[in-house]
Amino acid sequence: MDEVKALVNGLANKHGRTRESLLPILQGVVDKMRYLSSEAMTEVARELDLSAAQVFGTATFYSFLDTQPRGKYVIRICKTISCDMHGKRDVLQTIEEILKIRIGETTSNRKFTLLETNCLGWCHKAPAMLINDEPYTELNADKVRDIINEYIRK
Amino acid sequence: MNEKTLKRVDIIFTPEKNYNEVLERTFRRPNSDILNDILDSGLRGRGGAGFPTGMKWKYTADQESENKYVICNADEGEPGTFKDRQILTQVPYKVFSGMAICAKIVGAKEGYIYLRGEYKYLQAEIEEELNIFHQTLDKLKFHFRIYLRMGSGAYICGEESALFESMEGKRGEPRNKPPYPTVSGFRGQPTVINNVETLVYAMMICDMGPEQFKELGSKDSRGSKVFSVSGDTPIAGIYELELGMHLENFVEDFGDGDTKAVQVGGASGFCVPRKKFSDTIIGFEGVPTGGSMKLFNSSRSMYHVLQNYLEFFEEESCGQCTPCRVGCQQLLKGIEAVKKGKKNSAYLDRLIRLATTMKYASKCGLGQSVGNSFVSIVTNFREEMIY
Ligand SMILES: Cc1cc2nc3c(=O)[nH]c(=O)nc-3n(C[C@H](O)[C@H](O)[C@H](O)COP(=O)(O)O)c2cc1C
Ligand code: SF4
Repeated sequence: MDEVKALVNGLANKHGRTRESLLPILQGVVDKMRYLSSEAMTEVARELDLSAAQVFGTATFYSFLDTQPRGKYVIRICKTISCDMHGKRDVLQTIEEILKIRIGETTSNRKFTLLETNCLGWCHKAPAMLINDEPYTELNADKVRDIINEYIRK
Repeated sequence: MNEKTLKRVDIIFTPEKNYNEVLERTFRRPNSDILNDILDSGLRGRGGAGFPTGMKWKYTADQESENKYVICNADEGEPGTFKDRQILTQVPYKVFSGMAICAKIVGAKEGYIYLRGEYKYLQAEIEEELNIFHQTLDKLKFHFRIYLRMGSGAYICGEESALFESMEGKRGEPRNKPPYPTVSGFRGQPTVINNVETLVYAMMICDMGPEQFKELGSKDSRGSKVFSVSGDTPIAGIYELELGMHLENFVEDFGDGDTKAVQVGGASGFCVPRKKFSDTIIGFEGVPTGGSMKLFNSSRSMYHVLQNYLEFFEEESCGQCTPCRVGCQQLLKGIEAVKKGKKNSAYLDRLIRLATTMKYASKCGLGQSVGNSFVSIVTNFREEMIY
């Protein structure tokens, strides 16, 4: 709780306390915590003198501002047509098998969350995914197995 | 591959070492001269809508205000478009220079780049380059600063007024138009918002003069354009090509020999079937595109393609206006029902009417363009929707 308070306070000092600071602050919280807890959103509302509803309403508009608990590593696999045409299903299945979770779920150790997302802008190197901010492209079952295993060891 | 029929152009990605010289030269010229060059070049926006860039700058310059803004739209959310990232990574100083030149003409002191959250891994790099660029501007005694703002995974924030809302810390819900951004944009002030690529062309026109640019392309579509080529092609990638090309020639160069359709302009663009390749021109006089060219060969189900696009729109609709919010859902449910045999084929005609209504009744470009892909896919591949 105090950790959240300190984080939000630090972000507000950096980005300011106007309405325009709201998105950078929420993005900063997600960077650190991977999601926006209700404590975090209430704290942001208090810092910026907004209602909690305004903060929640803004956050839920953006697909990368998760309001559900997420793992340390959020995997977002592109589901748009090019990736779909170039073997996204194999890649997804491989991840599901390794991590034993399905889309929308988080591993019980809170390390990984698996999500789908819309076009990541890597259609010429499909299929693609993000792990947190990092893009991975030209994936296949073998390649994604190596990548995920590397994160497991981290 | 056989000999290429299309002319490759190299303007956008040429080395940018001398960007400061171009700025120095341009800053010395009267605004009206620069503006005349941009107008004369015939440059139109590369973000999709194709508004004449010189006019946009002129309208903003004509406004009285102490606070004007130049915004670079790097939201690049249209499925199948991936050229703006490449431009920003390969020639960032050209993009910034385009913004600075625009700022000089319209009288702006602040600029912003709105970069989609999916490209966050570039943030630190761009911020560093902006620092260097600001030093160049200081040396040239030009007072202008560019700030980077990040998106957070919302396609609609590429729509200009939704982008302003987002930059103001709100939900990315498009505003009513008019007023247009040139009158009331970011913070309610006169604002130029341009696509990444448009800004580079503007800068390059200042560098090489309008003549060389004008020689390329066709009457309604001057110059060249950066295309994002993907799908069933052996050479997917980013290519700068002359505008006004025939789709048939494009398919000859990029197809895999079995191309049955090309989706021009992404999910909100048009699907052109094989039989129309020969009489389709890529440009504002024919089928316009923000750059996305997606090829499909005969192994692909166009039903599946359309379903994928509609799922995209259903998720990305901001939900603010009913025709789009409910329309996207109903179009998706509708084609699924026809496919499953729960509705007969005539139902497709009702769906086409719905898509057409959305074009007129939706508040912004998202809802207005769902019908582009819907109607072109359903009419050209009707049997695939049913069986
Ligand atoms: C739903 C929607 C999404 C859009 N996304 C983008 C985008 O990602 N990048 C872009 O430059 N323009 C996008 N546009 C177009 C912008 O609203 C605007 O017209 C453009 O940035 C103007 O720049 P230009 O004149 O240089 O083309 C989008 C429009 C709509 C309706
Ligand atoms: S057309 Fe769609 S995206 Fe645009 S304002 Fe209406 S609901 Fe929102």
